Amino acid sequence: MSSLDDAAVLTGERNRSPTAPRLWLGGLAASAAWLAAAALTALWPEGEEWVRTGEFASLLAVVAGALAFAVPLLRLFGAAGERLRAAAPWLVVLALGVIGWELVTAKLDLLPRPFFAPPQALLEVYLDEWPRLLECTVASLQLLLLGYGIGAFVGFVTGVSIGWSRAVGYWVHPVLRLIGPLPATAWLPIAFFAFPSSWSASVFLIALATGVPVTILTWSGVAGVNPAYYDIARTLGASSRFLVLKVAVPAAMPHVFVGLFMGLGASFAVLVVAEMMGVKAGLGWYLQWAQGWAAYANMYAALLVMALVCSSLVTLLFKARDRLLAWQKGLLKW
Amino acid sequence: MVALEQELPAGLDLEVHGVSHAFDLHGAPLPVLDAVGLRAKPGEFVALLGPSGCGKSTLLRLVAGLEPPREGRILADGRPITGPHPSRVVVFQDPTLYPWRTVWDNVALGLEAQGVLRQRRNRVDEALRLVGLDGFAKAYPHQLSGGMAQRAALARALVNDPRLLVLDEPLGKLDSLTRIQMQGEIVALWRRAGFTTLLVTHDVEEALLMATRVIVFSERPARIKAEIVVDRPYPRHRDDPVLVELRHKALELLGLAGSW
Repeated sequence: MSSLDDAAVLTGERNRSPTAPRLWLGGLAASAAWLAAAALTALWPEGEEWVRTGEFASLLAVVAGALAFAVPLLRLFGAAGERLRAAAPWLVVLALGVIGWELVTAKLDLLPRPFFAPPQALLEVYLDEWPRLLECTVASLQLLLLGYGIGAFVGFVTGVSIGWSRAVGYWVHPVLRLIGPLPATAWLPIAFFAFPSSWSASVFLIALATGVPVTILTWSGVAGVNPAYYDIARTLGASSRFLVLKVAVPAAMPHVFVGLFMGLGASFAVLVVAEMMGVKAGLGWYLQWAQGWAAYANMYAALLVMALVCSSLVTLLFKARDRLLAWQKGLLKW
Repeated sequence: MVALEQELPAGLDLEVHGVSHAFDLHGAPLPVLDAVGLRAKPGEFVALLGPSGCGKSTLLRLVAGLEPPREGRILADGRPITGPHPSRVVVFQDPTLYPWRTVWDNVALGLEAQGVLRQRRNRVDEALRLVGLDGFAKAYPHQLSGGMAQRAALARALVNDPRLLVLDEPLGKLDSLTRIQMQGEIVALWRRAGFTTLLVTHDVEEALLMATRVIVFSERPARIKAEIVVDRPYPRHRDDPVLVELRHKALELLGLAGSW
């Protein structure tokens, strides 16, 4: 047979940045900025004594030291070193942000207390309250992952069924149209007395909030499969089971992931509301509790943990998608 | 390649008797095939030539078993066709490779669907070698050019040892150089393997270069206008005077005599 006439570009190795400068100036600048933040925190006298100012200043100094240490060794870190190099502007800005925060709260008292806490107050919360924060994070994660898992699974199966079977579509579609647009939190009052515990009610609500977008997007994915894909498989001897599992489902996966992302966002919202309204554990409950005691530093600390947890879960979902949908081109990088 | 040649069964005997077919278009029936009758004997290469949109592709769908005809009978080796079967494989105009599968997995599709992939894994490699894609087994379809994608689609068909290969304008969307090259390749594959081939095309030259017999169709609803036997040895040449003569005849049948 013929030689390959067509030159398809199979591996697009991205061009590495041109030869890096000898000295990592960005790293030096970042290190200097963090050192300045440390000095300012430690040496500028405060109106009110914050318990953990010294520890916070030490933490900043450690970051400054680590950056200074990394400057000559950056090449040895490989890919991680490249990422660190790219992050230098952010590291500088972060240090400046800490300085500004320090100034307007602890040092100059420009913002009204107790609503605005200095960074050392957050550190105080983390150092003193970490067992409870950890407990709350675990409680939130358990609730969220159980509800999300159930919702994603049921939504996926329902979506495939509606997309594949006319009979299922006939019965489920009208229900979905009526219930789907309703925010899951609207069920809160009913769910809390209909379920044996506020915890199981919350699992249901999170599953509902996740399930609706997953169902709709999976369904639209299955319905939108190129009919020629089925023709091909049928002429090659495929059974209905093969058509569903090996043609419809993989073809619909990009849509399914959009649904999973939407469901994840909705599940966060329902989780926090459910924990604030009824469940006596979790980060949402902690936020509510901290506010009740006017413990604003605790609130910020919990909010930061929550942001990290949500962001990590989204990142995890992106990683899963990148693995499963590696065949797609032009994927958004998170 | 040698192994493939030995294992391939002989071609299928295809008979089409008085087939008429119609589509529903806004509630009214739109006739596309009108009393079509033809026969492709085992190992024959029959081209169905006709204007675009005349209904030739519909006939192929019926032969593949993807739809039943409204009237008439289609027989494979004397038995009526009731549904798709891997012994009758279609290569469509679009390669329609599954974008989520690598080239290797796409070619393996038929064996996997029939549940025999584990025993016949080496057949996938053979088919890829046969179409010159053995270096691209791990590539994804979006990394292939049009010609390579169509070769992969051809390999996906051949791996099933078809006894009837149905080609629905498989070269229609390729550039003219790739097209000329693949016309020769397909003829070579057919001569080596001995399956019956049914090719739909609207390209007179392509039909005459490749087929042993050319059946000329009318405008929609498609009716058989004439049959041209191309009794010339392979490889054929475009400037063969007999072929030039036949081309005149075919164009005349298609109502384009003055345009040559």
